[in-house]
Amino acid sequence: MSFDVARVRKDFPIFEREVNGHPLVYLDSANTSQKPVQVLDVMRAHQEKHNGNVSRSVHTLGTESTEMYEGSRAKVASFIGAGSPDEVIFTKNSTEAINLVAHSAGQFLGLKPGDEIVISEMEHHSNLVPWQLLCERTGATLRWFGITDEGRLDESRLDELVNERTKLVSVVHMSNVLGTINDVTALVARARQVGALVMLDCSQSVPHFPVDVRALGVDFIAFTGHKMLGPTGIGVLWGKFELLAAMPPFLAGGSMIETVSMAKTTFAPPPARFEAGTPPITEAIGLGAAVDYLTALDMDEVHRHEQEITRYALDQLAGVPDVRIFGPTSSENRGGTVSFGVNGVHPHDVGQILDALGVEVRVGHHCARPVCVRFAVPAMTRASFYLYTTTEEIDALARGLDQVRKVFG
Amino acid sequence: MMLDGLYQEIILDHYKHPHGRGLRDPYDGEAHHVNPTCGDEITVRVSADLSEISYDGLGCSISQASASVLHELLQGKDRHDAARIHHAFVELMQSRGQIEPDEEVLGDGVAFAGVAKFPARVKCALLPWMAFKDAAVRAGVDVGASPEVKA
Repeated sequence: MSFDVARVRKDFPIFEREVNGHPLVYLDSANTSQKPVQVLDVMRAHQEKHNGNVSRSVHTLGTESTEMYEGSRAKVASFIGAGSPDEVIFTKNSTEAINLVAHSAGQFLGLKPGDEIVISEMEHHSNLVPWQLLCERTGATLRWFGITDEGRLDESRLDELVNERTKLVSVVHMSNVLGTINDVTALVARARQVGALVMLDCSQSVPHFPVDVRALGVDFIAFTGHKMLGPTGIGVLWGKFELLAAMPPFLAGGSMIETVSMAKTTFAPPPARFEAGTPPITEAIGLGAAVDYLTALDMDEVHRHEQEITRYALDQLAGVPDVRIFGPTSSENRGGTVSFGVNGVHPHDVGQILDALGVEVRVGHHCARPVCVRFAVPAMTRASFYLYTTTEEIDALARGLDQVRKVFG
Repeated sequence: MMLDGLYQEIILDHYKHPHGRGLRDPYDGEAHHVNPTCGDEITVRVSADLSEISYDGLGCSISQASASVLHELLQGKDRHDAARIHHAFVELMQSRGQIEPDEEVLGDGVAFAGVAKFPARVKCALLPWMAFKDAAVRAGVDVGASPEVKA
């Protein structure tokens, strides 16, 4: 059966509301996605009927909570093709997952002056600042790939950038600004040649198309629940088990220990080693429900739908005078996130006028200021799509942009 | 449309035809402020007697029009009047639309009354005024305590 967007939208209660007297047109899913009733119901039912702390209670509620929490871990593992649920670590968000690797893998690698970490100019600040800090702590050098004029990762200097001094490469799988999907085949092959670890920031990819960690051949990926129909406060670090098992803890406290004495502590194996304290239990269970929802829809179908919407949006925007698209202008190897500028109008003003028409877009530097600098603009307007986005919503965006040009013309 | 309150003709006019834009020498104090959430930037220069206020920046219509209005209202004023106007403008922006602005004091600045109803945009309007205040301090001019900025 083909993808039925009208049926999908019925699962999302928020689409019943209006914004400023207009039907909600939500084009900000790269920022956070809306939640289907299936996720909301599971979270509510958990709190109402099963709430107990995980991994430490012998009572029935604690056991039920633990089963559901660990069940979510298994669902996530299978969703991304992980070898085992033990490779899935629940974090607060992608940012925490990347910071975890920057601390624990950074320590495991014994970084020192002369070593190099490689990122790219395309990164969200969450995959940039942790590495800057790691380099400051250890004396290692931070290097980065540039972006081509078309908005692709510039791999022309791959062999020089990733070299025998490189200890870790961390790049974005799909850009949260340009929409570019990075094919990391050559990068991973080069990293393997020189013995560097590879991390992928999958915050914008796992929610939108099938991601298989084994096929990617990387060592770590990070993503977050709230961009894939789940709640905020829950993210995921996936890592190869032998690496996780060799890495020291990040945060310390309850749940992550093996034996504690006053003088010395030994640590639990992964994933518990990296989940100090009571985790976001309901949120993890909500993420499990989101994974169920996406799996039932089929991620290939989700991706196909978003490709159609993206093609339609690129066509529509190309027809609006004074609009400049940043990033790939064809739907090939790009996802449903389209950033653009309206000549002579600041993105804040574009966003404000669109909001008055019920059209919700993101404006600003999208936590990726170097991308704006690369394209010589202080800010951009971004429309981002998901499995519930319709062509009518793209039409509303195009009409809104006409209004923008009228006000500022 | 609700936006009529925000994008008053006066604001759009100052945005499209800014008064006194461009950095000029000499000056006694300079401040560069950015809004980290949106990347808007402004640099303001002032002379110690406030006879010259110049600025340059990148940003939305609200922040840039606000800089133009600031130039028009404060350049050439004595420090007492400048402090009074500065206070009135900041207070207006903090008012959530509950204050009726005094056109005698705020001139074209009254057009920003509508902006106060859009909490996300109050910071835009205040950006040049906060930069001015810092630049003035560096020039040895104290324009007084502002109402607390919560935006």
